[in-house]
Amino acid sequence: MVRLFLAGLAILCACLTANAQEVGLQPILQEHQEIIAKSSRKTIKPAIDAIASSGLPQAQVMLETWAAKNMWMRKSDGLFFAGQKGEGRSYELTDFDTGEIVGTFEKSELKQLKPNSGIRAMIGTALVQFQLTDPNRAKRLAALQSIQRDPESALLEPLRASIGDEPDVELKAQKRRLERLLTIGFDEDTTARVAAIEEVSGDLGVDVRAALNPLVVTSRHAALELPTDLNVAVILEAGSEALTSDEAYDLLVAGNLAPPRVSAVDIRVALSTNIVGGSVGDIPVAQLSSDAMRERAYAALAEAGLVPALFTDADIDAAVNAHVFFETYGEPSAEVTEAAEKTLEQIELKVGLNQTLDLTLDAISLASIYFLAAIGLAITFGVMGVINMAHGEFIMMGAYTGYVVQQFIPDHTLSIIVAIPMAFAVTFAMGVAMERLVIRWLYARPLETLLATFGISIALQQLAKNIFGTQARPLTAPGWLDGAWVLNDVVAISYIRIAIFVLAMIFLGLFLYIMKRTRLGLEMRAVTQNPRMAGSMGINPGRVNMLTFGLGSGIAGIAGVAIGLFAKVTSDLGNDYIVQSFMTVVVGGVGNIWGALAGAGMIGFLQKGIEWMNPSNTLAAQTYMIIFIIIFIQFRPRGIIALRGRAAGD
Amino acid sequence: MERSFIAKNPSVLVFLAILSLFTLSVTILSEGFGVGVISTSFVKTLGKTLCLCLIAVAMDLVWGFTGILSLGHFAFFGLGGYMIGMWLMYERTRLIVVDSLAQAEIPPTSAEVVDAIATQVFGVVGSSEFPLIWAFSHSLTLQLILIVLVPGLLALIFGWLAFRSRVTGVYLSILTQAMTLALALYLFQNDSGLRGNNGLSGLQNLPGVTTSQDVVSIWFLWASALALGLGYMLAAWIVSGKFGSVIRGIRDNEARVRFLGYSVEVYKLAVFTLTACIAAIAGALYYPQAGIINPEEMAPIASIYLAVWVAIGGRGRLYGAVIGAAFVSLLSTWFTGGQAPDISLGFYTIKWVDWWQVLLGVTFVLVTLFAPQGIGGLFDLWTDRRHPDRHGANLGPDDGALREKEAME
Repeated sequence: MVRLFLAGLAILCACLTANAQEVGLQPILQEHQEIIAKSSRKTIKPAIDAIASSGLPQAQVMLETWAAKNMWMRKSDGLFFAGQKGEGRSYELTDFDTGEIVGTFEKSELKQLKPNSGIRAMIGTALVQFQLTDPNRAKRLAALQSIQRDPESALLEPLRASIGDEPDVELKAQKRRLERLLTIGFDEDTTARVAAIEEVSGDLGVDVRAALNPLVVTSRHAALELPTDLNVAVILEAGSEALTSDEAYDLLVAGNLAPPRVSAVDIRVALSTNIVGGSVGDIPVAQLSSDAMRERAYAALAEAGLVPALFTDADIDAAVNAHVFFETYGEPSAEVTEAAEKTLEQIELKVGLNQTLDLTLDAISLASIYFLAAIGLAITFGVMGVINMAHGEFIMMGAYTGYVVQQFIPDHTLSIIVAIPMAFAVTFAMGVAMERLVIRWLYARPLETLLATFGISIALQQLAKNIFGTQARPLTAPGWLDGAWVLNDVVAISYIRIAIFVLAMIFLGLFLYIMKRTRLGLEMRAVTQNPRMAGSMGINPGRVNMLTFGLGSGIAGIAGVAIGLFAKVTSDLGNDYIVQSFMTVVVGGVGNIWGALAGAGMIGFLQKGIEWMNPSNTLAAQTYMIIFIIIFIQFRPRGIIALRGRAAGD
Repeated sequence: MERSFIAKNPSVLVFLAILSLFTLSVTILSEGFGVGVISTSFVKTLGKTLCLCLIAVAMDLVWGFTGILSLGHFAFFGLGGYMIGMWLMYERTRLIVVDSLAQAEIPPTSAEVVDAIATQVFGVVGSSEFPLIWAFSHSLTLQLILIVLVPGLLALIFGWLAFRSRVTGVYLSILTQAMTLALALYLFQNDSGLRGNNGLSGLQNLPGVTTSQDVVSIWFLWASALALGLGYMLAAWIVSGKFGSVIRGIRDNEARVRFLGYSVEVYKLAVFTLTACIAAIAGALYYPQAGIINPEEMAPIASIYLAVWVAIGGRGRLYGAVIGAAFVSLLSTWFTGGQAPDISLGFYTIKWVDWWQVLLGVTFVLVTLFAPQGIGGLFDLWTDRRHPDRHGANLGPDDGALREKEAME
């Protein structure tokens, strides 16, 4: 019925439009002259509707002028014009239809129309339909966005009307989608709303959930009997898990169905206002330092009628039992809420699946960061057994090398390409120097290696602080790494993280190639397993150790460039990664690159998993993760992938 | 005839004499009891240094004698500080609260007092209730017991887990470091119940004591000196007996000690737990002098510095640890406090505030490489006792085997 009426109205409007094109805007204004001049929110609607539905191109300008308080009425004949301030107290009037200047008039001959904010809002709504059909695409987009920001029932019709003539395919799709969402919220026809709700089921967009969620918002109420005119979601049992007796009583108090409780604070206030001659209700003030005495004093006051009486738990129970408690939907239509609940459930399921996917991607990217940080350590600590506490500082040096390179090469892509081998060279040299000068003498004393490298670590950190200062230095990623790969509203991953993942995979391949396919790798493995035997086979263990350590350090430097792209480059950058890196290697299993990979994977997934369970607290996540690792080592002291037999060394 | 403990260890007597002399002279020179040459803040620094010496003794026991490089002893130190800090904070706040509530018309109930204290203490972290771990904070006796009990229990559980799965060497070091990091990160949270990164503050004000800080600082100096003296004697007694021989054996070759029938894990666990308790006592004396404790203090780096002190002082001898801790921490205060004169090189001025860490790091590397005996090694020159040079090739297949030069001497 309503639809039929609307259709009729539309036809009528079309006829009117045809007529109006000949006569212009002024006659329409004149027809509603009285209510326009009166400027009241309650009565103005027909005038705005008539102007908006006139279909005249000048109507938009006219409405804008009106809303901007620039429309004037000539008192002599009651015609409306756009006014512009001229000299003195005179105004220059322009006709809306012809755009011609009619003349200049004194202010006393004119009346300014000052629409209040309510009317301006109505004008704004009427203007949306013009913007929706504006020839400028940007304006149409802006109109759509403004509707999205605050949807309103009045916008539904103009939006629907504008869909058919939309030339832009993309915008048309957007308009369709928005129309569906507005239908869900505001259409008067329940079946249309239910149909629209069912149509969006499975849609992951945030806007869909934003449109559906208000429909299923519930509020709690208490009443003597269950009302029949409300859309009741669920009836609550007082004293159950969902609604404790205390909460139920609070509901009664909130609904003015029961007197408020007398709290301990109330008692104290009541007592202190009723002190008479150093005592309250015949009990001396000095004795009022316990709850029992205070209650006695309060009871005495209540008996005297000075304060409302305390009531017991039994009273509370009785009051609660006498009422029913229920949750109602804000939305009156049960059909709509039922459909919305069902659709939301489907969406939630799909969102959950996608969140799992998102979490997995996050975990993989975190794992590749840890892997990248730990891969150098997998060589120095894992293969050589040298514990290098300065490993984190090598990462830091790599990051600073990247920063310095960017100071000389402004092009970000080129500078990163230069920075990677530079970082490798710098940290390789540093690693070789450290091996020759310090570590070589301490191969038999691993604990002292730990301490000596720690000394180097604090010296390097302070040096970096002296050179680069304490503030974070930027290492800017090339423009093509900005942004994220967006699958839908739930799943997105930034390109930098993808790049780091790729880099980690490249390093894995490189490491495997060097260890398994090159002469150096063969010598490395030989020296690690038995340096003396390797020596007697003509390998120079000193040289191999030096190169191995240099390689591990160099890879740490490259990892530093990668980490610097998304983290702040400061002198204590290395601190953030050193413990995790060691954990990665230890958990994964020493002496095996697959172990480091497994370790990084486990730590990455674990950390993200714990963060997901407790999203507000990343500190706690790290704590629990470390505790988990300590316990894990109980069961697999040699890591996930443990070397067996002779290769295990000791 | 069995010789007495003192006769066997003349160095203990020397140490105690020097410690008493030091305490006495500081007292005489202090503002609180003497002529006032030494400022109160420096007395506090000295008192804190004594506490650091005590934890260094503990570290020497666990690392220098047993060979467990624990990077977690500062966590126990901090925990001890937190335990005493809880009582100090509770009691001081209680006195203030009771004072202010006494102004009200009606005397407060005990529940009201506790609520008011909780609001005062936890206001900074947006809470107004005492967490469960503060259950005993009203009682000094219980909290004093907790100083030893909590870190001791933590060390016992952690040590049991670590030692029974035969985690040794650098792995154990990394694991202890991870434990420290986990604890520090946990305490950094606001809902950890210990005021997050605000920590506990105002600990220098002893509740109910109105004497000035000049005097209180001397009290703490005495207490710290007493604790150090007792701790040193205990450590010396432990390492001089059979127990000491076994733990030194564990340090030098764990497998052989195990094959001889000793339960290595029990020995290690005993030393680890005992030293954790000593560290906690040192912490409980340290933080009332420092006035504030926060999780930053327990960061893994602090424990590594502890190892640095002991290494520079000379591990494997108790007085070495004390000398190292006192020397390095006082020197560190002097350099980082901006008191050391800058050195002008013409083109660049070395500011020690900036370069002290570099100097420390490099010194440390040099000490590790060239003087593994540390400062304590100087005493060997004096007493003309020389350790064999352990450099040179292995004679046997094991890490602990005699080395070339060692065997020839």
